[in-house]
Amino acid sequence: MSQLPLRAQLASALGRTAATLSRATGRGDGSVIGGRVGLMLEPDLLRKLAADRKLVLVSATNGKTTTTRLITSALQELGDVATNAFGANMPAGHVSALAAAKDAPYGVLEVDEKYLPEVLDTTGAGVVCLMNLSRDQMDRAGEIWLLAQKWRRALSGKPAHVIANCDDPLVTWGASTAARVTWVAAGQRWREDSWCCPECGGPLDRSASGAAWACRECTFHRPEPNWVLDGEDVIDPRGARWRLDIQLPGEANRSNAAMALAVAETFWVDPARALPRLRMVTSVAGRYTMVERDGRALRLLLAKNPAGWLEAFDVADPALPIILSVNAQGPDGRDTSWLWDIDYRILADRPVFVTGERRLDLALRLAVAGVPFQLCDSFQQTMALVPLGRVDVIANYTAFQQIRAEFGRAV
Amino acid sequence: MQSELSIVWIYPDLLSTYGDQGNVLVLEHRARARGIATRTVHVRSADPVPQYGNIYLIGGGEDRPQILGAERLRRDGGLRAAVARGAALLAVCAGYQIMGSVFGGEDGRPVEGLGLLDISSGRGERRAVGELVADVDPALGGLPRLTGFENHMGVTRLGPGVRPLSRTVVGTGNGDGTEGCYAGRVIGTYLHGPALARNPALADLLLSWVVGPLAPVDDVWYQRLREERLAAALPGAGSSL
Repeated sequence: MSQLPLRAQLASALGRTAATLSRATGRGDGSVIGGRVGLMLEPDLLRKLAADRKLVLVSATNGKTTTTRLITSALQELGDVATNAFGANMPAGHVSALAAAKDAPYGVLEVDEKYLPEVLDTTGAGVVCLMNLSRDQMDRAGEIWLLAQKWRRALSGKPAHVIANCDDPLVTWGASTAARVTWVAAGQRWREDSWCCPECGGPLDRSASGAAWACRECTFHRPEPNWVLDGEDVIDPRGARWRLDIQLPGEANRSNAAMALAVAETFWVDPARALPRLRMVTSVAGRYTMVERDGRALRLLLAKNPAGWLEAFDVADPALPIILSVNAQGPDGRDTSWLWDIDYRILADRPVFVTGERRLDLALRLAVAGVPFQLCDSFQQTMALVPLGRVDVIANYTAFQQIRAEFGRAV
Repeated sequence: MQSELSIVWIYPDLLSTYGDQGNVLVLEHRARARGIATRTVHVRSADPVPQYGNIYLIGGGEDRPQILGAERLRRDGGLRAAVARGAALLAVCAGYQIMGSVFGGEDGRPVEGLGLLDISSGRGERRAVGELVADVDPALGGLPRLTGFENHMGVTRLGPGVRPLSRTVVGTGNGDGTEGCYAGRVIGTYLHGPALARNPALADLLLSWVVGPLAPVDDVWYQRLREERLAAALPGAGSSL
């Protein structure tokens, strides 16, 4: 940190300048460009910035940004924490995050699933938190079984302590080569990607409660959990029950909080100290934020893939109208096929407004599901049509950012 | 006409990577719109494939599930029997390759397929990812252009026992200027996922093979999506349905 070699000091200082310029000129939040500049000047910058810090890497298909935020909040109990709070989750973003907090003894880094092996190698992080794996933007993200296999190779022979969700069979498989694993029964809502055994391809059987799973053909089965999410509560390894009572809504966030508590404990921050800090988190990079305009109060929910939509439906209020916005730009995946993996019938009894660049894909999807909707050509038109009062909004990545931009990113 | 149309979705637990369920939903929707009752069976890979179905669907998947799926279908024999008695089959992407004599498995090693289509597939140099537009074989009765999304590394050679389903205008398809193929009532295509959502005429072709001529239905959302996607894939071509 303060002992950085001169070249690395210079690289990280120039990176910070680039980030400041990016923000000042309104081009972005600076979390990628700064890291790119730094890495260009000193390719080994991430390793150098990571040295001598206690690092947590957080990876999953869904919930990375939120869980990173929750863990960061818990570890602030101990001191300064460097983190990539805005979801810039590739090495350039990690460099920016660490350079921006060069004296922070702790770091919590959200890591893109594909980059986990590389970032683990480079940073030598001591703790790795793995939550879930499901189908996601197939045209660029690739295949999740291959991803889990890469995690296995990356974790094998490393000293890292892994905190993994044992309710997700693919995550369990991906984590189980690690020397040391704490298993968290953190739940799994989306199960369409775990009907088959990751080890042998045989059918996975679920227990009557649905929690435990085991392969019918080989010995692969759910490990005994150390931590258990049980409704509104978390049960710690000593059997103590903790009411979560967090402000972030929905089952998915209770799952994220359970993972965060287990990670915090590896730093000797027990739930009695960690929970009050988790409860302070109310919104994460715009997610779950309430914004107001012209008599409408919009709650913004981000959902990028089928599992994410399932989580958003769990949070959305059935009594309220709902706006759905879908794009298919690069970061969203250019293929909208995933819309057909989501069961929209849950929306049939509330007013539904459809917008976004790929609104026609969504319109046909809803028509086939028998869900009535109103098609809106722009977000402005949507706002004019939607009734006064509270409204839920579910949008995928760039659609979400566009809506945030409508409100000046004040959220 | 029978009272109930039976749709069999093969191995959603193995071969349903990305929106493949859409083909089931579109068939049900377009049958329902014409007052035809449907019954859909989801056949998991540990279960036998029933022989009594009318329309069979099989989707895309990663290498390993594709190999497992092919092995189980070969061992099971139900799909082969169903096709022999005249059932219709739509095989998509990995499912399409499985229907041939051979396909490239892990590291490109050849894996034996079901041999329901006279094709053989291997692995190409580059992944084909993007919008696909193709003109359907006129012998199928004047179907409109195919529009869809492809995402595969496959290269498929057609033998004399099949006809190309279409000729590509945009995209890669089989890799030789054609896309997909058909023989009898078996159709294979690289249009992945919910191929029928953007090609309702193909859905109707499968339905008509089972129930005979179909009444027209309200198509507005299907057609608006088609127009938009074709315009996006063929800039400047105007509407060319």
